[in-house]
Amino acid sequence: MTTNAEALMIMLPSEREIVVTRAFRAPRRLVWDAQTKPDLLKRWLLGPEGWSMPVCEMDLRVGGRYRWVWRRDDDGTEMASGGIFKEIVAPERLVTTEQFEQPWYPGEGINTIVLTESGGQTTLKQTLLYETREIRDGVLKSGMESGVETSYQRLERILADGGA
Amino acid sequence: MVVDSLDLAMAAAADPTRRAILARLAEGPASVTDLARPFRMTQQAVSKHVACLERARLIQKRRAGRHQICTLNPKPLEQIAGWAEGFRELWTANYRRLDLLLDGLADEEKKRRRPSTKPDRGGSR
Repeated sequence: MTTNAEALMIMLPSEREIVVTRAFRAPRRLVWDAQTKPDLLKRWLLGPEGWSMPVCEMDLRVGGRYRWVWRRDDDGTEMASGGIFKEIVAPERLVTTEQFEQPWYPGEGINTIVLTESGGQTTLKQTLLYETREIRDGVLKSGMESGVETSYQRLERILADGGA
Repeated sequence: MVVDSLDLAMAAAADPTRRAILARLAEGPASVTDLARPFRMTQQAVSKHVACLERARLIQKRRAGRHQICTLNPKPLEQIAGWAEGFRELWTANYRRLDLLLDGLADEEKKRRRPSTKPDRGGSR
């Protein structure tokens, strides 16, 4: 089975927000699991090619903490972020705070994930809210700065291997 | 920093009419009257969009006799594309992996629900 890339939509509805919307051909409860279970998160929330996620701690209760560590496999560079679960409404709404451990932006971000299901499809809407417009813009830019040169050919290969 | 002008450019380019104007200007300079032609709106309304694009430095306007000629300034657009592209690639890559993972999870569930992939059922017993 080939996984057609569903359209990823990025919108900037206000000065301090980024909204990312994406549809998945899967029931909502599975998308929820993939967003909340450490062993599943570790398999996809990796960012650029060549990074892995050796640490994924999730104390999934309101007020509980989560902590994520990514490692670039070739040189061991690490990046870590974490925060607190503010709202958990399984399987439809998850609100967390976000802060990087070597903070490259001041203050906290608020990450809201809303899942809606219809016709066997789940739409994920992720809203990232930052304290200032400058931080929001910095986050948008960060993808480029961290050298996200995701080669589509390599990605295609992975998809071909994994989707076979 | 260029953040301000870039933000302005992003906002300006977010509107479909203004994107259509930019697309038209990508083919070459045009007067405001020319730009207004394909749209079902007054020239005044189009002028407002043009002014917005001008403020965001996405286009330049100069006077040629009785006409205002607009030219595209592609620089800020290239920046927008560059900015959003890094972020977009990051999440595109993440979510493609998630697609595969979800496919796998759905398959596992199916197998669990019908454990008899062996042709056992309805058989000998």
